[in-house]
Amino acid sequence: MEADIADQPIIRIRGLHTRFGRQVVHEDLDLDVRRGEVIGVVGGSGTGKSVLLKEIIGLMAPAAGTIEVLGEDTGSLTTTGWEALRRRWGVLFQDGALFSSLTVAQNVQVPMREATDLPHDLMDELTRVKIGMVGLPHFACTRFPSQLSGGMRKRAGLARSLALDPELLFLDEPTAGLDPIGAAAFDDLIRGLQQSLGLTVVMITHDLDSLAAICDRIAVLVDRKVVVDTMEALMDMDHPWIRSYFHGPRGRAARRSHGP
Amino acid sequence: MSDANAPPLLTASRTPETSRVREGWLRLDDTDQQGGTLSFGGEWTLATATELDGRTRAMDPQTVTAVDLSAITRMDTAGAWLIHRTIAEIRGAGREVVATGLPERFGSLFDDVGRADLPDQLEERGPTWLTDMVLRVGEASFGLFREGRRLLSFYGMLLVKGGRLVVQPHRLRLTSLVHHLEQTGLYAVPIVALLSFLIGIVLAYQGADQLRRFGAELLTVNLLGLSILRELGALMTAIIVAGRSGSAFTAQIGTMKVNQEVDALETLGLDPVDILVLPRILALMVALPALTFLSDLVGIIGGGLMSWAVLDIPPDAFARQFREAVPINHLWVGLMKAPVFAFIIGMVGCYEGLKVTGSAESVGAQTTRAVVEAIFLVIVVDAGFSILFSTVGI
Repeated sequence: MEADIADQPIIRIRGLHTRFGRQVVHEDLDLDVRRGEVIGVVGGSGTGKSVLLKEIIGLMAPAAGTIEVLGEDTGSLTTTGWEALRRRWGVLFQDGALFSSLTVAQNVQVPMREATDLPHDLMDELTRVKIGMVGLPHFACTRFPSQLSGGMRKRAGLARSLALDPELLFLDEPTAGLDPIGAAAFDDLIRGLQQSLGLTVVMITHDLDSLAAICDRIAVLVDRKVVVDTMEALMDMDHPWIRSYFHGPRGRAARRSHGP
Repeated sequence: MSDANAPPLLTASRTPETSRVREGWLRLDDTDQQGGTLSFGGEWTLATATELDGRTRAMDPQTVTAVDLSAITRMDTAGAWLIHRTIAEIRGAGREVVATGLPERFGSLFDDVGRADLPDQLEERGPTWLTDMVLRVGEASFGLFREGRRLLSFYGMLLVKGGRLVVQPHRLRLTSLVHHLEQTGLYAVPIVALLSFLIGIVLAYQGADQLRRFGAELLTVNLLGLSILRELGALMTAIIVAGRSGSAFTAQIGTMKVNQEVDALETLGLDPVDILVLPRILALMVALPALTFLSDLVGIIGGGLMSWAVLDIPPDAFARQFREAVPINHLWVGLMKAPVFAFIIGMVGCYEGLKVTGSAESVGAQTTRAVVEAIFLVIVVDAGFSILFSTVGI
């Protein structure tokens, strides 16, 4: 029974349709995310990457189709069911989406205060651990988001999304706006945390270096559907968009530095 | 004996994750006079952390000689931290213990958490309440002077650039001026008219109520004319416009500042003051006197209607008394103040907008400041006008 559950996809999307007025974004889209993998979601502008993420985490309802996350059908959940489910995943938004009136430490504590009855001392200790684990220096705890650099804000946002030890982590363009060194360090951080915490990671990204360096599989949104495979397999595909994406100069450079 | 109503076995076992009892434990084994082995086992996760926190704190570190972690079945960062903390406490008590038997799959998490422990500092130590109070008063006072000086230099710059506009009228942005006239003038007509009408009614009613006791109902007309034309018309309108348009100026310019649009203007060789500030202030200086006149008119009409209803003063008698009792210079006094108020409101609104830095939060803060400062300055200047006019005897 245990093994059965481990083999089940952690996210399972079937027959997803999304429409904005007359514009169809997703049509009969299927996607499985396996437990313990890092999956990158790519696609051109307007192919609905962010929309897909919003639908999975329940900020938007699809026009049709089912989305199962962690074994729960998100379409038929009660309010309490949603609350319980949302505590089992973390989301990192593009610029961290930290609450600007709270310090970094208070930001990290928000989910703990809302969802657990931990004693205050332990909460403080765990906050320090989380902030340390994402590689922030200790003085960052008392800083407000506006006093931090973009990279530090992202790390703080990551610490908040990890506050409840989630099983599943969603990242929206985690390396956008970082310099190449910062982006590479952030990739390493995500890979390290993913391995030691046993996370499943779904990341939207345009960063070919991230895709090559840390993603086990890549989901490409093309023609209102999704094509999922490893980077090597995707390289051999004939689809014009996928070809130009991975065989463009940036794709080649990323492959040279990371790939076999 | 079988129960026909029993649920099928499958449903019970479908979710073993949730039906299993989640528990973590720690136990002291093999105790001799030196102490014993502290064993950690079961689930050390966030779900069990509250309980385990208490138990690990209650343990006496002096009784431990070895630590065994082999029975742990689940662990997340919360659990890993509790184990780390406990081991650190034992070592802190002078017992050299080695943790053994940690299942390999938890190894990297356990090490990560150990490395992540930061110095104990979540809140900066604040000053005591007395020094804090002195600090705040001092900061506020110096801030006030600094602010005043900056506003004064902004005022100077506006005068210079406004003067340049007279010499070089082509610098004036006519489209922008008309747009802001529409926004601050035309669109403010309904709210200004409605509020002035209500103020007229209230004044007439309260005045009539008091004056009737002396049999001097007719003096209500004098009261209305004097207070509305001279003071309330201009002041009320200025306050409404400060809340409506002054705040809008700050928010608009502030948002542009956040988007770096103001920087973009400057790099294109365009002067933000010419483009953003002067048209707004000029538009307001035209719109506010007009709105004040409207306010005077509607206020008097409101008062007149109320006098008719409560005091039975018919409109023609009201008009006759009004012409006799209220000389025209009251109207001029009120209207003269309007452009000055408009300049203050526009200046403060634009100044606070240009002071916005970085975040969207700062736009909100500056907008609040702009409204408070504008209303404050308007009332102070109005008091100044009162003194001035009474000295020169208008």
